[in-house]
This record gives sequence, structure tokens and C-alpha cells, in this order.
Amino acid sequence: MSGWPLWEVFVRPRRGLAHGHVGSLHAPDAEMALRNARDVYTRRQEGVSIWVVSAAAITASSPDEKDAFFDPAADKVYRHPTFYDVPEGAKHL
Amino acid sequence: MSSEALELGDDALIAAQRLAEWCASAPELEEDLALANIALDQLGAARLFLSYAGEADGRTEDDLAYLRDDREFRNCLLAELPNGDFAVTMAKLLFLAAAQKLRYDALAAGPDARLAAIAAKTRKETAYHLDHAARWVVRLGDGTAESHRRMQDAVDALWPYTHELGERAAWLALVEPVLAEATLDRPADGWAPAGGRDGVHTEHLSYLLAEMQVVHRAHPGARW
Repeated sequence: MSGWPLWEVFVRPRRGLAHGHVGSLHAPDAEMALRNARDVYTRRQEGVSIWVVSAAAITASSPDEKDAFFDPAADKVYRHPTFYDVPEGAKHL
Repeated sequence: MSSEALELGDDALIAAQRLAEWCASAPELEEDLALANIALDQLGAARLFLSYAGEADGRTEDDLAYLRDDREFRNCLLAELPNGDFAVTMAKLLFLAAAQKLRYDALAAGPDARLAAIAAKTRKETAYHLDHAARWVVRLGDGTAESHRRMQDAVDALWPYTHELGERAAWLALVEPVLAEATLDRPADGWAPAGGRDGVHTEHLSYLLAEMQVVHRAHPGARW
């Protein structure tokens, strides 16, 4: 319906640690997308951080490849660090 | 009664009423949200200023909004002018927000603690309104031939009404760079209608008030 390109919006809450995807919107450019995102998703609450990214710039993994992509790791225990004994004296592992 | 609070409250109230007319009619959904947001900010400012203005003689914000006629309103003429097309609305917002910003900044540092507290809140919102309007004036002015023509027409039509806003030099310092970036001609100063601060308004205000006040006047004293 809108002639404007689609933008995906990521917001980090005031006391949050990471940006989370909150939704999308249409805007003519990145600056307008930021401002629209502030109105729609943050109510201009101070201290939050917003990322907008053109939906066209996102590459997503394909649902069809899900098995090939994510399965092999699950049944190979040596891929997980829990397989190994932690050497004595290694403090920051 | 604080004439300053009444003027600023009336500017914000009438601006809110005009912006609310855009509801569901903006060019895009996102712009609909933005205009409603700005209208809500303006109404919030109006409530604070009018509540304060009415305290001295025991009148509430609703008394002041609904039970005064056009000769008692102190808003600037610019605020009451019709919305026109989107370019007119954005030019109006740019001109008014620039004036509001200057007055709020001064009040925030002023001697009246109550007005300073209100202004400290409203100036943040006004900075956002000014930014929004400036972006659109540049986008339309420096957009297509058609949007440029409409934006220039809007600026030309509204320019005379900006003389009433006061603090001319500081106001021009905010507005002229936006017009330049938008590739718009800054109109020559000439005809300078005024009267809003004395209750002498354009014919537009009484129509606006008739619509805004009709329910309250039909049911005086009702609570809602």
C-alpha cells in the first residue's frame, strides 16, 4: 500500500543489554524511519537506542535449509564446550 | 492572569485542534501517527499553560478552552489558519514551532518557577516538532517541481503572519537556514497582519471554536 520502502526496527530498552527486533515500518529514508520508529515503538522515551535497517539489506536463512543448517551441531557433543573437562587453574573459561 | 501563559496555552490549543483535523487524512500512515503525536504534545502543553493561566481567577482549563469566544482568545493568527495542503501544514508547523521553541527556552530560564517547569517539559517536545517540520519543508522544497511549487506557495502565503510571533531576529535565524536548504526563496517582508494577542482574529477562529465548543455549550456544566 505504501510507496515507501520497508525498514526493520530494533530497539534497546533503557536498561536493556541488547537491541531486539520490535517490528517494521515504511519510511522514505533512514532518518525518517528512525523518527517514525521513535513515535511507534518507543513513545519517545528517553535513553533508548534505536536501529533501523532497510529490509532489503537483511539476508535471512532459508526455512528449507533448516535441517542442514542447524541439525548437525546437536548430535555432535564434541562441538559443545561441555564435552571437555576444564583444566585445573583455568579461571576465565 | 498571566498573559504569557494564556498566549502560549492558546497557541498550543488551537494548533492541536488544527493538527487533529489531519487524523486519518495524512499522506502516509506513519505521518498520520506523527501529526497525532504532535497534536497530543500541543494539547498537553495547552492544558498545563491554561490550568496555570486560570488559577488566578478560579477558572479551569476547560472553562478557558470552552467558555471563551474568539474575542477572548490570545493565540497568534498563524495557529488558526486552515490546514490547506500538506505543505501549508508543514510550513505552519515550522514557523510556529520555531517561535514556541524561543519562548519556551526563555521561560525555562525565567523567574516564574511554575512557567519554567512547564517550559522545561514542552521545549523538548517542541524540538521534535521543529525537527519534523524542517525535514518535511526540505523534503518537499527540494523534492519534485510540483512539491517545490507547493512548498514555496505555502511559505509565501503564511509569511505575513509570522511577524506577529515576536523575537524576529532569533526566529529568522532558525527558519532561514531551513528555507535555504529547501531551495526555497525567503519571502520579502511586507504586509504584517496582527491582532491575535488582542483578541482580533481572522474569520477562521470562530468557525474553529464553534466546532470545538459545541458540546460544552449545548450541555453547560456537564461532567465527562
